[in-house]
Amino acid sequence: MRPSVIINVFLRDFRKQRKRMSLTLLAILWGTFSIMLLLAFGEGLKYQMKHGTRGLGEGIVIVWGGQTSIPFEGFGKGRHIPLVPDDIDYIRQRMPELEAVSGEYIRWGATVKFKDKVLSERINGLFPDYEQLRNFIPQMGGRFINGADIEKRRRVAFLGDRTYERLFSGGSTDASGKESQPLDPVGQTIEIGGTPFLVIGVMQHKMQGSSYQGRDEDVIAIPASTFVALFGDPYLDNIIYKPSDKGDYKGAEKRLFEVMGAKHKFHPDDESALWTWDIMEEEKEEEMIAFGIQLFLGMIGALTLIIAGVGVANIMYVSVRERTREIGIKMALGARRIYILVQFVLEALWITLFGGALGMAMAYVLTEAFRRVEIDSEAISFMGKPTVSLEIGIIVTLILGIIGFLSGLFPAMKASSVDPVQSLRYE
Amino acid sequence: MLKMSNIHKVYKTGHVEFRALKGINIEIKDNEYVSIMGPSGSGKSTLMNIMGCLDVPSEGDYTFDDRPVRNLTPNQLAEIRNRKVGFVFQAFNLLPYATAAENVEIPLLFAGMKSKARRLRVTEVLSSVGLADKMDNKPTELSGGEMQRVAIARALANRPNLILADEPTGNLDSASGTEIIKLLDEMHAQGHTIIIITHDQSIGNHTQRIIKLKDGMVFNGNGSPA
Ligand SMILES: Nc1ncnc2c1ncn2[C@@H]1O[C@H](COP(=O)(O)OP(=O)(O)OP(=O)(O)O)[C@@H](O)[C@H]1O
Ligand SMILES: [Mg+2]
Repeated sequence: MRPSVIINVFLRDFRKQRKRMSLTLLAILWGTFSIMLLLAFGEGLKYQMKHGTRGLGEGIVIVWGGQTSIPFEGFGKGRHIPLVPDDIDYIRQRMPELEAVSGEYIRWGATVKFKDKVLSERINGLFPDYEQLRNFIPQMGGRFINGADIEKRRRVAFLGDRTYERLFSGGSTDASGKESQPLDPVGQTIEIGGTPFLVIGVMQHKMQGSSYQGRDEDVIAIPASTFVALFGDPYLDNIIYKPSDKGDYKGAEKRLFEVMGAKHKFHPDDESALWTWDIMEEEKEEEMIAFGIQLFLGMIGALTLIIAGVGVANIMYVSVRERTREIGIKMALGARRIYILVQFVLEALWITLFGGALGMAMAYVLTEAFRRVEIDSEAISFMGKPTVSLEIGIIVTLILGIIGFLSGLFPAMKASSVDPVQSLRYE
Repeated sequence: MLKMSNIHKVYKTGHVEFRALKGINIEIKDNEYVSIMGPSGSGKSTLMNIMGCLDVPSEGDYTFDDRPVRNLTPNQLAEIRNRKVGFVFQAFNLLPYATAAENVEIPLLFAGMKSKARRLRVTEVLSSVGLADKMDNKPTELSGGEMQRVAIARALANRPNLILADEPTGNLDSASGTEIIKLLDEMHAQGHTIIIITHDQSIGNHTQRIIKLKDGMVFNGNGSPA
């Protein structure tokens, strides 16, 4: 088998067959385009879902007080376990494997006022480390609650981006008399339960896939110490902690029950004494869902591509029949069977790979365009930004190669088994 | 050049067997000019396909250039067809989408010749059949006689010793037919061995020896050179 002979014959004949090939090329192009697009949107969705969970905070566990279900040291079951402020330090000291421990106070339906706007809102009493744990990132020009705020019980407030909009919208008019953009809130004074608070920052907008107490964009956060002074709450609503080792969150949870059980007198195996919510569990689940969705989309794409491949095989097959005389002539002129075989396989491969490359390029251009255009729609923003990743490119190329080879192989085998004597018989 | 002893060819169509050749003994020497004649269905084309190594006999021994064909691999047979045999058919059998030059180029491609050498040889051989000015014409743009001359040029491309022509004038008017025969005469003069199948007695008489076939057998005793 001389490669140069095969390449020469292939190139020459191929130029002659352009018309016949172009339709097949289109089929493959479309198939590739579809699979790429589906996978790209799947990838976008996957990213979006991951991102959504991250909005709540990464690798954190949230703990609420529960009710005992196992009698312990003379106590009956059904006893409420409250979370108290010094639990935070208590846990922090006994569980060095935790990267951070924090807690929050919550009060619902507090009156919040800015100028003549009055809202009934949820107030959170928070600690500085909440900023990192729960992704409460301030916008430019603002800040989150800091240590000094806690120490001095400052009357300062950090607002969720939507609270800010609701509280400050229509609050001013500009020189032209039109309603202007909400004014810069940092440095403004709002009233919470009749007490004036200085606004110190507004949260950057974030995607949030799940929540446990209302969305973060609706938050009004004040220092925990100020909260206690103002409302006198003796109990924390919840405690949040983050294990250093994400992989061992189950172990950390077990030790938390031991530590808290010793302090609050409940059985360490009493699962209902505390309610816990692992974001990690959620993350894993969402990753699985996203993977499932991508797998599903990929399968649809692959099926589309297979149909296109069958199209190629079909056209190649028909072309074998059309070209039996040509094959016979070539055999009479000294072609080896393998030349014929390879020629047909090459033709199919070339169509698939070239069509595939075109389809990929088109899908890439389209997704890039989609990423750039800002579309103001919840549904589309949930769909996320379609992303053509290298992996997708490689997978699609592999599938294309296999389909191209297979769709060429069978017609090629038929072609190379043509009996030259038969095919040359004068009709 | 070639020697056949007791060659049989059996075609199977389903369960039906048909014996197209029944014990052929033929010997042809280098640079002979031989015609094969006989009624339709007598096995002339079958015989020629075997001579050109396009087909293999069902029984009997065939020696091509002192090599027993029985022992050759398909690739070796392809090589013989490419280098040592030139086929010319009644139906021309040119590739319809290719130009005259491209048709002539095919055997050169299979011989693995470099592109520049191919171009030179194509020009040379098409000029020798008087078609230097029709190199870029497609078969549809050529007359029957011209198509057959392209086919002869193609058969000659790799300078094979043996030229096998199956009713080369069958589709041509007598003037074009005469020209084709003249070309074959020239090739014979240059040293090629020519075997031509024909129904035309005058062409037969023009050759050195007529092998008459009937019912798959040589019946005029002309199997070997005198
Ligand atoms: N592939 C085949 N399968 C079955 N029978 C065949 C096959 N090829 C040829 N035959 C039969 O073998 C016989 C000889 O055929 P062949 O083509 O050699 O005849 P021919 O002498 O060349 O006839 P013509 O002058 O018409 O070309 C015919 O009866 C034909 O039907
Ligand atoms: Mg015949």
